[in-house]
Amino acid sequence: MRNIGSDKISSAVAELSMEANFTLRRDILTALRRAWASEKAGKAKKVLGILVENAAIARRSKTAICQDTGMAEVFIDIGQRVAVTGGGLEDAVNEGIRRGYKKGYLRKSVVSDPLVRKNTNDNTPAVIHTRIVPGDKIKITVMPKGFGSENKTRIRMFNPTQGASDIAGFVVEAVRKAAADACPPYIIGVGIGGTIDKACILAKEALLRPVNRRNRKAHIASLEKKLKKGLNALKIGPMGFGGGATCLAVNIESFPTHIAGLPVCVSISCHATRSATKTI
Amino acid sequence: MPRSIQLPLSPETIKTLKAGDEVLLNGYVYTARDQAHFRFVKAISEKKVPALIKGQTVYYAGPTPACPGKVIGSCGPTTSSRMDFFTPHLLKAGLKGMIGKGSRSADVKRAIKKYKAVYFITIAGAGAYLSGKIIEARPVMYKDLGAEAVYRLKLKDFPAIVGIDSNGKEI
Repeated sequence: MRNIGSDKISSAVAELSMEANFTLRRDILTALRRAWASEKAGKAKKVLGILVENAAIARRSKTAICQDTGMAEVFIDIGQRVAVTGGGLEDAVNEGIRRGYKKGYLRKSVVSDPLVRKNTNDNTPAVIHTRIVPGDKIKITVMPKGFGSENKTRIRMFNPTQGASDIAGFVVEAVRKAAADACPPYIIGVGIGGTIDKACILAKEALLRPVNRRNRKAHIASLEKKLKKGLNALKIGPMGFGGGATCLAVNIESFPTHIAGLPVCVSISCHATRSATKTI
Repeated sequence: MPRSIQLPLSPETIKTLKAGDEVLLNGYVYTARDQAHFRFVKAISEKKVPALIKGQTVYYAGPTPACPGKVIGSCGPTTSSRMDFFTPHLLKAGLKGMIGKGSRSADVKRAIKKYKAVYFITIAGAGAYLSGKIIEARPVMYKDLGAEAVYRLKLKDFPAIVGIDSNGKEI
């Protein structure tokens, strides 16, 4: 067994909360720059230029890329030969969120009860997804998820006789309805299969994959490319100003499912899709 | 070239603003999000119109806290449509301007035309950039709401575009 102190986990989570909010992912920044370069002069191009500048200001001045620094989703892969010492894992993660959001002057956007709605004032608790994996390491990913885009999430249980074209229609409809509300150009995460809760987690995991990397399965990769083209033909564009950049990527993850169903979750994420990862 | 606009908006200025116009906003605005809108409308229904509404402009925003030495943290717009239910009541009570992101409902458009107001959109997801266009910030109301408190902000050359003009015309 390898012992890892809970404080080490808290420190890592605190650091990742700040890194994710200050430093736009390299893959997304590159995609934004490309979108700017290929856009014809006009309002859409101007906005894309400001988004690139915004990322530079955020990184340099350690100011959050977006004021909605999200509810923190934390993905943890725990090696089965790791023992966490000195405290509970979930407490350690929440302590890290508490420290990171305070030290980084990030917004506290979490309320303690969904109906009573009193702010917890430290952005805890995080939504934590843990997996036990082989090995003796802990891999932690912090994804601050803004709710302007989270509110546009769509789920549907398709019939098993339906397929890729039905799902494609559903994704296009979801983005058409979101219009410019959720800060395009978007990164679209799609989860297909499993149970509906699994499909939702797959959609979120899809957002973590670099936007320039396609799914390993050829038929899924082809659907990703087709959908990206279809969504960009909607010509919503940054702030709804049209042009070719409605989405930067469509990332799809899939999982085996039941003979009677075809669960799908579409997670719409903004151009400031944020995440940071560290392995201890 | 974007035109510089002084806030609060005068009736004459409102008349000249057309959907699609690029502007730079200068002067005071008040931040207000979901819970502040809820409270505003409750106050209006009790005939206690908050003084900061009449003739003023609200910005749908909840900034990150200011680091030491800074005026304000990241401060971009939130989704305007969540305020749609409340907006006609505020416009009736005298609100003249709104800044946010995204489209508005048919009811809001009608109310903007009826009460001669303006809806501006600003750069969504560029909170760090827009932070530099705010030169003063002070919480003034509903401080118990934390990130959702009402702040009085002074804008300097804050970029925006007229999303819906006083004729109800949309970009």
